[in-house]
Amino acid sequence: MLLELDDVSKVYGVSCGNCLELTGDSSECAICPECNAVVAVNRVNLSVEENEIVGVVGESGSGKSTLLQMIYQDQKATSGEIYFNGLKDSNGNKLSLFNLPSGKTSWVRNHEMSMIYQNPHLGLNFNFSAGGNIAEKIIGSGEKRYQIIRDRALHFFGKIEMPTSRIDDYPEAFSGGQQQRIQIAKALSSSPRLLLLDEPTTGLDVSVQAKILDLIKALQYEMGFSMIVVSHDLGVINHLTDLTLVMKNGCLVEYGLTDQILEDPQHPYTQLLVSSKL
Amino acid sequence: MISTINGHRLEVRSLAKQFTLHSRGGILVEGFRDINFTLSNGQLLALSGPSGAGKSSILKTIYRTYLANQGEILFRRSDDSVIDMASCPVSRILDLRRREIGFVTQFLKILPRISALDGVAHPLIEIGVAEDEARERARIMLQRLGIREELFDLSPLTFSGGEQQRVNIARGIIAPKDLILLDEPTASLDEKSSDIVLELLKNLKERGIALVAIFHDQRKIDRVADKSIDVRRKEI
Repeated sequence: MLLELDDVSKVYGVSCGNCLELTGDSSECAICPECNAVVAVNRVNLSVEENEIVGVVGESGSGKSTLLQMIYQDQKATSGEIYFNGLKDSNGNKLSLFNLPSGKTSWVRNHEMSMIYQNPHLGLNFNFSAGGNIAEKIIGSGEKRYQIIRDRALHFFGKIEMPTSRIDDYPEAFSGGQQQRIQIAKALSSSPRLLLLDEPTTGLDVSVQAKILDLIKALQYEMGFSMIVVSHDLGVINHLTDLTLVMKNGCLVEYGLTDQILEDPQHPYTQLLVSSKL
Repeated sequence: MISTINGHRLEVRSLAKQFTLHSRGGILVEGFRDINFTLSNGQLLALSGPSGAGKSSILKTIYRTYLANQGEILFRRSDDSVIDMASCPVSRILDLRRREIGFVTQFLKILPRISALDGVAHPLIEIGVAEDEARERARIMLQRLGIREELFDLSPLTFSGGEQQRVNIARGIIAPKDLILLDEPTASLDEKSSDIVLELLKNLKERGIALVAIFHDQRKIDRVADKSIDVRRKEI
């Protein structure tokens, strides 16, 4: 098992202690009626195996991005544990990402995981060149030798089908689609085991979107990493993923094979979502 | 441990499916019920019956695109273990779909920017066959199915319905599988193309592959099927 989420929750605001029970699927709200705390993610359990591609769908505010951010440790969970790649403590017990010793957290983020954001400004440093951005990730993963860093940056720049002559240009000199490609090169340059994608093609025109998705798919096949893809676009989910989880009011309301979710949705919200497809 | 299925490749027991439509106040729509059959290596089971009787739903439920409400779908894996596809974890289903169970949909599902040849070669490349060899085998398969060579590099979305169906069949059967499910594989085909497809299905049977296929035409059933179910009457 590569990734395991065990009852993971995230509450914003001071919790009255009953927020998780008072919100969620059955109460049809994510704001606690007693204390007004916002329950972004409510007791989510999930397993992702090697080489699996999991989609996350749900309405805005259902907790999709927060879930991703907790896995990437951009945010700490209020409760629950996230286990990754069999990490254990010195006694041989499973070690949650939230309890990693300092130093190990950034090691996991830099070596084992990468995130591609919808907004390139979150994923790229616009004060660095494209190559500098890729190099930053490679350096973060432990490589210090200039020539190896440069060669690997060039290699991944080629992988995203960009002319290597542009590797020293700054992100602002690239189009939105090209900036997403640079994020992909940066994310993959550390050869992660898990790639997290938060609305990777939202806002791009459809031809650019198709090329980016094809590129991600081809690189996933070639490199064999697992992926979790957040998208509100069922077409993206259908194209990229094998498995899909559906979130509503912070809860995971349905999880299954992507074709089953799209063709035989069980939960009322999933049925509504699928019937809303254009 | 799942009970033995007596050497069969597939055994379906008391399988039933109904759809709950939450947007219509939770009304239940029956897909099918009480489907029972066994299938051995090299056998073809034909599903027939009127439109709406649940034939496609049965195939989709076996493939787990639809979730069964009741029953078992016992499949003997290539390592001889038996798995209940109605209830096993989804990751096992993904594994089965990659290596052991194929599905030929009635209509072509392919990306518009992929050529017919690449689309057919893809399932082989996915299981590790070298690209050149995969393309060569795809070429042979398309030739065998009577697709004109000048179409190979074009998107099948520009093809006629019959040509699309043959590309779809080629895609569905090119990679080695132990069980293949086919939804009306000859529905859009003229007699000559139907004959070719039926011959292909016979070849698959000779190679020991178990098949479940939907047909409307009794003559076709008589030619290739070892057993059949009239889904409306559910008689075997």
